[in-house]
Amino acid sequence: MSEKGRIVAAALAPHPPHLVYAENPPQNEPSAECGWEQLRWGYEKLRRDLAGIDFDTIVVLSPHWQTYVGTHFLGVPHFKSLSVDPVFPNLFRFHYELDVDVELARMMHDEAADKGLVVKMMENPDFRVDYGTIVSCHLSNPDWNKPIVGISSNRSTAYYSVEVMQEQAKELGRITRKAIEKSGRRVLLLASNSLSHRHFTTEASVPEDMSHEHIYNHHQYLWDMRIIEMLRSGKTQEVVDVMPEFIEQAVSESDAGSFTWLLSALDYPKYDPEFYAYGTVIGTGNAIFGWYPEPAEGGTPA
Amino acid sequence: MSGIVKGIVVPGIPHPLLAPEQNEGWQRLRDGFEEARQELQASGADLILVYSTMWPSVIGHQIQARAEPEWVHVDDVFHDLGSIPYKFKMDTDFAHTLLECSKERGLYARTIDYHGFPIDTGSVVALKLLNPNNEIPACIVSSNVYADRAESVVFGKAARDAIERQGKKAAIVTVMTLSNRLFTEFIDPADDAIHSPKDEEWNQKLLEFLGQGRLEDVAQLSREVHRQIRVKKVVNFKPMWWMSAVMGQNNNYDGNVHAYAPLYGTGGAVISLTPTPSGFGDKEFDEDDVDSFGGDRNVVDSGDDSAPEPAPEPAPEPKSDTIHTDAAPKPVGSYPHARRVGDLLYLSGVGPRQSKTNDIPGGPIHDEKGAPRNYDIEAQTRAVIENIRIILEASGSSLDQVVDITAFLVDMDRDFAGYNKVYNETFGTIQPTRTTLAIKALPTPIAVEFKVVAQPGG
Repeated sequence: MSEKGRIVAAALAPHPPHLVYAENPPQNEPSAECGWEQLRWGYEKLRRDLAGIDFDTIVVLSPHWQTYVGTHFLGVPHFKSLSVDPVFPNLFRFHYELDVDVELARMMHDEAADKGLVVKMMENPDFRVDYGTIVSCHLSNPDWNKPIVGISSNRSTAYYSVEVMQEQAKELGRITRKAIEKSGRRVLLLASNSLSHRHFTTEASVPEDMSHEHIYNHHQYLWDMRIIEMLRSGKTQEVVDVMPEFIEQAVSESDAGSFTWLLSALDYPKYDPEFYAYGTVIGTGNAIFGWYPEPAEGGTPA
Repeated sequence: MSGIVKGIVVPGIPHPLLAPEQNEGWQRLRDGFEEARQELQASGADLILVYSTMWPSVIGHQIQARAEPEWVHVDDVFHDLGSIPYKFKMDTDFAHTLLECSKERGLYARTIDYHGFPIDTGSVVALKLLNPNNEIPACIVSSNVYADRAESVVFGKAARDAIERQGKKAAIVTVMTLSNRLFTEFIDPADDAIHSPKDEEWNQKLLEFLGQGRLEDVAQLSREVHRQIRVKKVVNFKPMWWMSAVMGQNNNYDGNVHAYAPLYGTGGAVISLTPTPSGFGDKEFDEDDVDSFGGDRNVVDSGDDSAPEPAPEPAPEPKSDTIHTDAAPKPVGSYPHARRVGDLLYLSGVGPRQSKTNDIPGGPIHDEKGAPRNYDIEAQTRAVIENIRIILEASGSSLDQVVDITAFLVDMDRDFAGYNKVYNETFGTIQPTRTTLAIKALPTPIAVEFKVVAQPGG
């Protein structure tokens, strides 16, 4: 491909399986009456905006493909299987079929290896794609008509510190941007994580009974609002700067590195994002944001 | 005769199953699995109960109840070692009994019966190597990421109840490594080693204890083990809490370390524990025992009737030196209002509830669904002192005979000033010794409770 590739859109796209459950898509076995509408309607608006953008590939980093040795990339061209959420199997048993942009995944892998990151291609055809990847991709692109690049979450926070995770995620973000540029692809990036991430440890007998749904505690809410305010006003570098404190204080799922990765790949955008929704799912705080980078001088508009 | 016939500790990392030939230590572990399998077969066990640290849950504990789960499993990290086809045989009756027993002890739990549910790598490795022909039905339970000691111990006791209720001869398997720090880079199998000398030293200590059959002693060390050699993925290192609770919380086992070797930096060990009447002896026991789980205050919010309150205690059998009075709040368990021993009168914990109505002056701290409510700590404290007066006078004593008070507050920051003010109105001149503690919750929706020691009077 001769033309320089670029990120044409990016989204903070959390993956509570509850949202797919409440949508009742034909791929999911259980069914619901309703639930988590603010977030689902937020995803609807995201999809409406994405419908006007031409992109080739979705690149998603999911906290639920947890790799304790390095960062891994899906490396099999096609997957077809059943994804059952290990925590909420009553809500999410999803029959998926998806294509992988193995060429772009390989380019990212090689670029990362050159930069000294620990990386691996996942080439076992029996591998089951994690539910975080599937939920974020389904809610962003329910037609499943674009190939994906699936990136694992290297759990370096478990071994070192959030700061080390940040540096690795930032580097992976830069590498992702560079590989996309080399590939000539027009790419949608998805960071598949919530904000505050403390769950309730019980579940209502009707899981979609919204009279039980609220933020886990006030402290978590304050942190979520602080982060959202910063994002709304284009202070993405500041968000990355407070990320270690946010993770410690709000048990944020951004410890997976996905959010830092996305902001780094976007080079810390200062322009206004689209803020689609905030809502809680079993006590955790979830926000949906979209960023739509302008093409560089002389580039092709989205 | 039912009960526990064997305990087995095994690692869940897949190398002994998928690649033993690549490293001498991985082969040693594979051989250790085989020795443990033979012990298990000879034990007469009719149930294998597996607790896997590699199956995290959030909504309480989960219990595998599918009769014949079947899949081709691939590990998230070590996918290049190959796929693991499996078809297991589960004891579904036991799974449902364990669910009942868990609820009876106040736990939130649920059974899992779905095709395609992702059984974790550790459970797959354990069952493939310990029970390759499915000769013994199994049950797998999860490790809740938020559960700390109380919940883990109570879940272990629920499993013990279920084993007894079903008349099973059970083998208890925990899937865990000792130290759990993996290498963070890919290694040549020949270079595998324990990640650090400190990890090795602690692993040796654990091997020594378990080799001597000192299971409860290791359980008591869990918090320290977590601090020293565990990568902090979850709230705490909990499998030994659970295992010891299932097996009776003692050190009376013949321990057998079948194998110990590095597994990608972690400490992998296969250890069996066989109950014996002449074990290591007294346990080191410095934490409260706990029989039922009261829930996490401000966490439990479901209003789900399927998570019942703990079963009521049987009616008390009055003793000659115990004092009961209808004028004081009815006890919420099997205990008297007070008991006279020698020259002292000991009162059970006294709260603000009213004797006839169970009303709480100042209001409850949360509603029936667990939603927090505003309440009046001063009114609650006054009611506590009034109840103490009633009990003391029924015992022939009085408030001015009180010599020691331990006060429990569920919210020290919010309530200390109000409680202290009312306390001083009565006890400021009497001057008993006093200790004030902040605790997580009390058995009813109250904010304050006193434990009192007094002179009997007259």
